[in-house]
Amino acid sequence: MTLTIIEPKPVSFVAPVVAVAGAFCGLLVGTAHDNPLLGVAIGAVLTAVLAFVWLSVFRNERAARWLTFLGFGAVGFAYAGVPGVVIGLAFGAFFGWFIFWLGEGRYRAKLPPYSTGMQVFLHFLFRVLCGAIFIFLITPILVVMPLSFNAENFFTFTPEMLRFDPEGYSLKHYRDFFTNSDWQQAMWNSLSIAPMATILSVGFGTLAAIGLSSEHVPFRRAIMAVLISPMIVPLIISAAGMYFFYSRLGLQGTYWGVVLAHAALGIPFVIITVTATLVGFDRSLTRAAANMGANPVTTFFRVQMPLILPGVISGGLFAFITSFDEVVVVLFVGSAGQKTLPWQMFIGLREQISPTILAVATILVVISIALLTTVELLRRRSERLRGMSPG
Amino acid sequence: MSDTTDSGPVLAADGTPLKRSLNRALRAQKMRALALIAPLLIFVLVTFIAPIADMLFRSVENQIVSNTLPNTVATLNDWDGTGDTMPGEETFEALYYDMFLAAESKRHTRLGSRLNYEEAGISSMFRTSGRRVDDVGEDQIDALEDIDESWGDEAFWFALMSGADGAAKADDIVEAQRTRLSRLNETGFSGEVGFAPSQEIADLLPRTVRAYSAFAVFTAIADGDVVAEEEPWETVKVALIEDLRNGADLSGYDGPGAEELRAAQEGMADQPAIDYKQAFLDMNEDWGDLDNWKTIKMYAPPFTEGYFLNAIDMQKTPEGFQARPESEQIYIKLFKRTLFMSLMITGSCILLAYPVAFLLANLPMRTSSLLMILVLLPFWTSLLVRTSAWKVMLQQQGVINDTLVWLGLVDDASRLVMINNQFGTIVAMTHILLPFMILPMYSVMSTIPPYYVRAAKSLGATNWTAFWRVYFPQSVPGIGAGSILVFILAIGYYITPEIVGGTTGTFISNRIAYHISISLNWGLAAALGSILLAAVLILYWAYDKIVGIDNVKLG
Repeated sequence: MTLTIIEPKPVSFVAPVVAVAGAFCGLLVGTAHDNPLLGVAIGAVLTAVLAFVWLSVFRNERAARWLTFLGFGAVGFAYAGVPGVVIGLAFGAFFGWFIFWLGEGRYRAKLPPYSTGMQVFLHFLFRVLCGAIFIFLITPILVVMPLSFNAENFFTFTPEMLRFDPEGYSLKHYRDFFTNSDWQQAMWNSLSIAPMATILSVGFGTLAAIGLSSEHVPFRRAIMAVLISPMIVPLIISAAGMYFFYSRLGLQGTYWGVVLAHAALGIPFVIITVTATLVGFDRSLTRAAANMGANPVTTFFRVQMPLILPGVISGGLFAFITSFDEVVVVLFVGSAGQKTLPWQMFIGLREQISPTILAVATILVVISIALLTTVELLRRRSERLRGMSPG
Repeated sequence: MSDTTDSGPVLAADGTPLKRSLNRALRAQKMRALALIAPLLIFVLVTFIAPIADMLFRSVENQIVSNTLPNTVATLNDWDGTGDTMPGEETFEALYYDMFLAAESKRHTRLGSRLNYEEAGISSMFRTSGRRVDDVGEDQIDALEDIDESWGDEAFWFALMSGADGAAKADDIVEAQRTRLSRLNETGFSGEVGFAPSQEIADLLPRTVRAYSAFAVFTAIADGDVVAEEEPWETVKVALIEDLRNGADLSGYDGPGAEELRAAQEGMADQPAIDYKQAFLDMNEDWGDLDNWKTIKMYAPPFTEGYFLNAIDMQKTPEGFQARPESEQIYIKLFKRTLFMSLMITGSCILLAYPVAFLLANLPMRTSSLLMILVLLPFWTSLLVRTSAWKVMLQQQGVINDTLVWLGLVDDASRLVMINNQFGTIVAMTHILLPFMILPMYSVMSTIPPYYVRAAKSLGATNWTAFWRVYFPQSVPGIGAGSILVFILAIGYYITPEIVGGTTGTFISNRIAYHISISLNWGLAAALGSILLAAVLILYWAYDKIVGIDNVKLG
């Protein structure tokens, strides 16, 4: 890629492109002041002039970028106080970077030198499109987090929040979660059901995965299909079947009924992750251990287990999150005494809408980030242990 | 080999032929593998497969009619259900005993609501009759008790039925009633009854002994009372009146209560016979409706295809299977809607996932694993968190509408309705299922070697041709894997449509949940579930063929 020559672009190209971006930003600001057309015009002219000055007159990039950054911030403050500063600084940083990125021709650095202008345009259009999809993926989570600090019982941003007024924010929904007995009971139920279900599915699942990964297993495909089926069968069908069947056995509405149901739902995840880990497992290690006189149990705990442990743990985390998140089955198999966190959230969403849900959601997001990080670290460690990955 | 050993098979170290020794080792290995798998397999079979099988069974099971009205059903076997004659008096007499027992057990309303699924109006017929069934034969019972007061005396009845000390007992009658009641109530009905009729009285007064045994079992086990201390039900007295009227030969009887029996037979001779049919018509005139009887007869067998017919908007009539009236057809529409929305969701997932997976597969490792976090984070976030986020964003006072109003794109008075309809469900579910599409696509695309596209370009293909003719065909397996996975997951979704779907954006699963927990039509729920399950299993099979279950990857 070093073949591409980076050369400054003429202002006659840069200024119009920057003006288009400026017009778009101007539209946003203008509509907020009930005058979109004026906003577009001011945005376009201002940024085009800025591009012209920085690229053909001033030509000191570092100073120019700082000036743009602070200048936009100051304008923002003059107009709309604290929130204006934030928006102004963001615009300033963007335009400071954008003008020089275009003007110095850096945008071509990573593209083949023979790319036509159209290809470059399509390349960046594609990037912007992907960016929009990523935003779509992540927005709901990003929206929930700040809303959970809302001081009002609303599900939308209040003017105080948009002004970054400390009055607009509060921890009251978190306080409600930690003091309300319904939520606390639900949390304890979740925390007592999920670990037990995890232990069951990890215990059975690991053994079976080891059995399944040996070379000669009769009916391997059929067995695998049965063991994976809890993941495939729609939850409502599993829930309906379990409700009917567990009622016959007297398990419906009991702690153990829910635990068994959740363990069954978590098993496919354990099987999948542990068999995936075992694919790279070197069987000569167990043979060597047996050769040196270790019995199968010792071999398992001293040789095989330490090597597949990352896979087992991440399977366990999957099983845990399955149970911790599960609501359909517990809704049918459980009774009021087994009301879990997702169940309570479900009720909250359907009946009495309370923003405490958002506080709970934020806590759950933080937990999932922690779990995701753990799984990712474990996966890397497992690949390193088995020598499958360079880093 | 034949050079070193003169003859015979190759031997292992212990002297057995090598072939056999190897076979044994292989067998041992297989057994060990199976022994490791067995606990889990049994666990899954019991906790998961058995419930599914139970659900399939429930979709055809229909024992409620024959369990609640066993005698009536037996008499209906002789009745021609296709003609236009009403069932005979003996059917109504059998119905009286059945209905009385069902009303005592409070099971008649269940049967009523079961049959109401098939023929509207039956429910109220059963409810009102259950309330008033003990009025049947009131006058005759009064007459009987006028003859001798001991007919209202519980101890007298107990002595009469039990016979003299040391008399031969007919335990089988009590056991038969116990079985009948346990079927009716769906509980064990085990325990000590403390009563057994004498064989002599059982031969003499068969109806009375049957009715009294039922009364005894119910009193002793369901109510937990002592049989001898409770006054018998009206059915017992009606049964006695019938036995006496039907010419029970009391001349040879000299057990307890012989005199009272003879007096009663004499005294009851001039009383009018009990008109059961008229009695039921007085309770509810719908008992005279031929269609109701046809329905009862049609649903008398222990297994039925009725639920499945119902699930595809058909019904069983004496003339065969017919489509339901237009106004009652909902399930086909619902299945179509589920299919349509699942396809829409799968389609939009493909559209959104393809560019992202392409980008991730073609970026340098470091950048792509950073961006991958943006895909995995929603994947790991609780489903309810994401659903609540969409509810917050899409509602009329929500974030999106607020932003649009702020931007001036939408007037404050005409905020967009984006929730509680199909749009809301499709948007939220596309978001929720998108990672399931991106991940398989990514894993396929990252194995596509970049030099094919380069070769195509160097041979003169345009960008578009190189993509469409060279790259895209190689990425199709990823699209296939992701689409089947997303479609399977989408078709059975429950939570998200329930919360953001309103009435027009719901799936068949929501209807199943409704029938389980609100309308209590479990058979229909099971039939709908079975159809959905069949669809999913076909897709699962296809997925296994195309992708292979072993190749499912997480994260």
